[in-house]
Amino acid sequence: MNVQDIMRVLDAELICGEDNLDVEVHNACGSDMMSDVLAYVKDQAVLLTGLVNIQVVRTADMMDMVCIVFVRGKEPDADMIALAERRGMVMLKTQHRMFTACGLLWENGLRGGGKANEHLKMDL
Amino acid sequence: MNTLKWTYEVDGSDFTRAGEASSAVKKNLRKLGVPPEAIRKVSIALYEGEINMVIHANGGVITVEMTPEKIDMVLADTGKGIPDIEQAMKEGWSTAPDEVRSLGFGAGMGLPNMKKYSDEMKIDSTVGVGTTVYMTVYLQ
Ligand SMILES: Nc1ncnc2c1ncn2[C@@H]1O[C@H](COP(=O)(O)OP(=O)(O)OP(=O)(O)O)[C@@H](O)[C@H]1O
Ligand SMILES: [Mg+2]
Repeated sequence: MNVQDIMRVLDAELICGEDNLDVEVHNACGSDMMSDVLAYVKDQAVLLTGLVNIQVVRTADMMDMVCIVFVRGKEPDADMIALAERRGMVMLKTQHRMFTACGLLWENGLRGGGKANEHLKMDL
Repeated sequence: MNTLKWTYEVDGSDFTRAGEASSAVKKNLRKLGVPPEAIRKVSIALYEGEINMVIHANGGVITVEMTPEKIDMVLADTGKGIPDIEQAMKEGWSTAPDEVRSLGFGAGMGLPNMKKYSDEMKIDSTVGVGTTVYMTVYLQ
């Protein structure tokens, strides 16, 4: 699916990044802990989170992610939007809560990474 | 021959600016055409280290040196130091206060992750004096 499909499935509002809506994505992760995103995520292009601070955008940037979805209707601030725009990242906002948002995306074909213990054994 | 060097002051009092140095390094490496896998390793390792400098120490200085063979990173702070490095390296070990956890950090995953993403890593630390983390990512 592409970012546009995520918007449709999650009934999400576009915050920024309208030029990148047709980017194809296959994997996502959902977390409010950026520590865990940095430690366990590999090649996931979409981050679902209920955390709102600038480090969410920096973490996604370091992981080369293409889209951040804020769940529970959370709103990023102007600095976050400006940074995401500079990085060509899409930001969306959905009223769905984390579990439901992840479930809807899974149902529509997005997948996660492996288990944490598998990941630790995995090569880079 | 052909050594590039960048130095960044990391402001320990401003959580919102943590990661600016790592972000700048990533941009430089991209411009220089460094292979994406190496950029990713450097970015993640450096970002974890930079966040640590802000949440556990009072900021410090990051130096990045690049040659055709490797990228060396040195993160030096004058913070409280790490009493037991072996324990600090364990997954899940964290002394971060709840306030840091509410910002999305403090799972005790940073140092092990830095070890994973760098090819070489060494920590020098003296309690009450500060911590210096050395990391290297090879390009060949
Ligand atoms: N620069 C530093 N100065 C002082 N103590 C540090 C420093 N870096 C790490 N530590 C200590 O080592 C512990 C483990 O660090 P690590 O980065 O693995 O986890 P964390 O920062 O607590 O959480 P996370 O990295 O998952 O957000 C920290 O909780 C802290 O006690
Ligand atoms: Mg850390």
